[in-house]
Amino acid sequence: MAKKVALLQGNEACAYGALYAGCDFFGGYPITPSTEVAEVLAKELPKTGGKFIQMEDEIAAMASVLGAALTGSKALTASSGPGISLKQELIGYACIAEIPCVIVNVMRGGPSTGMPTGPSQSDIMQARWGTHGDHAAIAVAPASCQEIFSETVRAFNLAETYRMPVQVLLDEINGHMRERIELPEPGELEILNRQAPPVSPEQYLPFDPSFGDVPPLAAFGSEYRFHITGLNKAADGFPTTKARLVDAEERRQIRKVEANRDKIEKNEEYMVDDAEILIVAIGTISRSARHAVNELRKQGQKVGLFRPITLWPFPERRIAELAGQVKAIIVPEMNLGQMILEVERVTKGACDLHGIGRVDGEPISPSQIMDKVKEVC
Amino acid sequence: MAFDYDKYLRPGKLPHIWCPGCGHGIVFKGLLRAIDACELEKNRTAIVSGIGCASRLPGYVDFNTLHTAHGRAAAFATGIKMAQPDMNVLVVGGDGDGVAIGGNHFIHACRRNIDMTYVILNNFIYGMTGGQFSPCTPTGDKASTTPYGNPDPTFDISKLAIGAGATFVARTTAYHATQIDKLIAEGIRHKGMAIIEVLDDCPTTYGRRNKFRSVVDMMKRFKELAVPVAKAATMSKEELEGKIVTGILHREERPEYCEQYAEVVKRAQNL
Ligand SMILES: Cc1ncc(C[n+]2csc(CCOP(=O)(O)OP(=O)(O)O)c2C)c(N)n1
Ligand code: SF4
Ligand SMILES: [Mg+2]
Repeated sequence: MAKKVALLQGNEACAYGALYAGCDFFGGYPITPSTEVAEVLAKELPKTGGKFIQMEDEIAAMASVLGAALTGSKALTASSGPGISLKQELIGYACIAEIPCVIVNVMRGGPSTGMPTGPSQSDIMQARWGTHGDHAAIAVAPASCQEIFSETVRAFNLAETYRMPVQVLLDEINGHMRERIELPEPGELEILNRQAPPVSPEQYLPFDPSFGDVPPLAAFGSEYRFHITGLNKAADGFPTTKARLVDAEERRQIRKVEANRDKIEKNEEYMVDDAEILIVAIGTISRSARHAVNELRKQGQKVGLFRPITLWPFPERRIAELAGQVKAIIVPEMNLGQMILEVERVTKGACDLHGIGRVDGEPISPSQIMDKVKEVC
Repeated sequence: MAFDYDKYLRPGKLPHIWCPGCGHGIVFKGLLRAIDACELEKNRTAIVSGIGCASRLPGYVDFNTLHTAHGRAAAFATGIKMAQPDMNVLVVGGDGDGVAIGGNHFIHACRRNIDMTYVILNNFIYGMTGGQFSPCTPTGDKASTTPYGNPDPTFDISKLAIGAGATFVARTTAYHATQIDKLIAEGIRHKGMAIIEVLDDCPTTYGRRNKFRSVVDMMKRFKELAVPVAKAATMSKEELEGKIVTGILHREERPEYCEQYAEVVKRAQNL
């Protein structure tokens, strides 16, 4: 059977991916370059009985998403730049209260209002450490429109599986670029849903560690009544300052991601087997890097590309391995050196490391990367 | 027969955090009597709060309870109500939480006329953080951050709610304990956004800085200043200066937000 195809913008592919994943609630506030995600969902969600609400600001949008998610909804918000900064406190709330939800960040230049229509990858560290306090983070960084669709689906699956906020990082370029995509049939991509608690309401504790590192989340409105707070809490959901209980809860919340790295991490390796120079790049810039690899290979240079699709948790084990194999790693990114800090941390000086940074609102071109490779060789 | 509060309390969660003499406890009891009068089903009721002494209330009661972030209760509650329009959604919180940091969410929840009941416990101070002035602190009063007297003009929460579009607005005080549950119950029965402002006392951080020797003094002041709406209607603006008008201040019928959204769904599906 012929596949259904469509010509979709990245932001549109993200919205349709969310619908495919079963998203039934969107709370947002308009901001360039993310607005198309909201516009598609404003049109599509009511058709399936889903809820769309434009809130009074991004904080409220995030709050509405968390409220809806607690009733069992698969909830999404999308924003950019200053809007993502505003959401940070409540992203932390989602972490500590362990509320599944998806946050799309179509990255734009900054700080502050920055460049609303300029592409950027300067929220790499914000996606990891944007909210205060210790916490785990999951963020995915798709490159093509097809992958934006499928990674948005995966983001919902990860959110539901690990009971936490998951961020989808796009940028102004892949958010706005149009590509032909094959729309998967229902059932073709895996969809994971929250599991009902396997105990009676009387026995239910919203953070019960006896179910492992990811305790099942009941829904508000069902017979499972429970309490949620942003304070440090014990397994029963009520605030505590008992050192032992606080420590156990904090560590569990971080462990649930750390112990499942192999299931969460996803990378693409392109021509790395014999590579002497490795380029590590995400999203839009990984496309420039792939082009550069192809050109340089034609010229006989042994260059490869490593592309984290899951950006957080960072693929540290594999990058450390590759650092032992190559002479140098080059990290092109649309910021002045964020991901390179992480590469530096995990490679521990095992190979040379070079960055290419750009914050002028222009993407890093293949030729810029090729020049760097030649300079390094 | 004495009212049975126990059936709504979570076992083992008392004592509460409130100081002796804190007005929040009086409002708490009024809220439970109102919930009882309206026969709200526990499973289908959510109580949402922000951060502050008042916002600790939900932790003590056996419903779906959500203690959110400072100022954000109305926005979380909006998500719950949109997703589950058949649930009863109540919001509780302090003056600082509701109309300082949460002011934007407060006015937009009123404007949408989404069907929830918001009980705002106005003790004119940031109690939890030790008595800094709030937008509701009377001009001239002392707070830890207004050691020379408060230069700020004072917010009238009920007026703000009416102006923003809430379709039920009522006010009373902690002295008028029996009126609290009646007004909250009216608010719960009202379809649309109901704001019930209850003026109460914080002896610990407001009273002691402002020459109230005891809680009784603060209660006396509520008693003296309160003027029922019917009587207020016969008084001049000058006579009402400094008084607290109590009762149902505003009630109107206007389409409710979730019902309006249901119409959107119909239009989308009949395309
Ligand atoms: C974002 C944020 N800012 C500040 C605080 C500190 N804070 C906690 S409670 C509070 C004031 C609470 O006052 P109010 O809402 O009037 O409640 P009350 O304690 O008087 O009942 C403040 C400022 C916070 N928790 N979060
Ligand atoms: S500090 Fe004030 S508001 Fe807080 S519990 Fe004590 S009396 Fe009540
Ligand atoms: Mg207060």
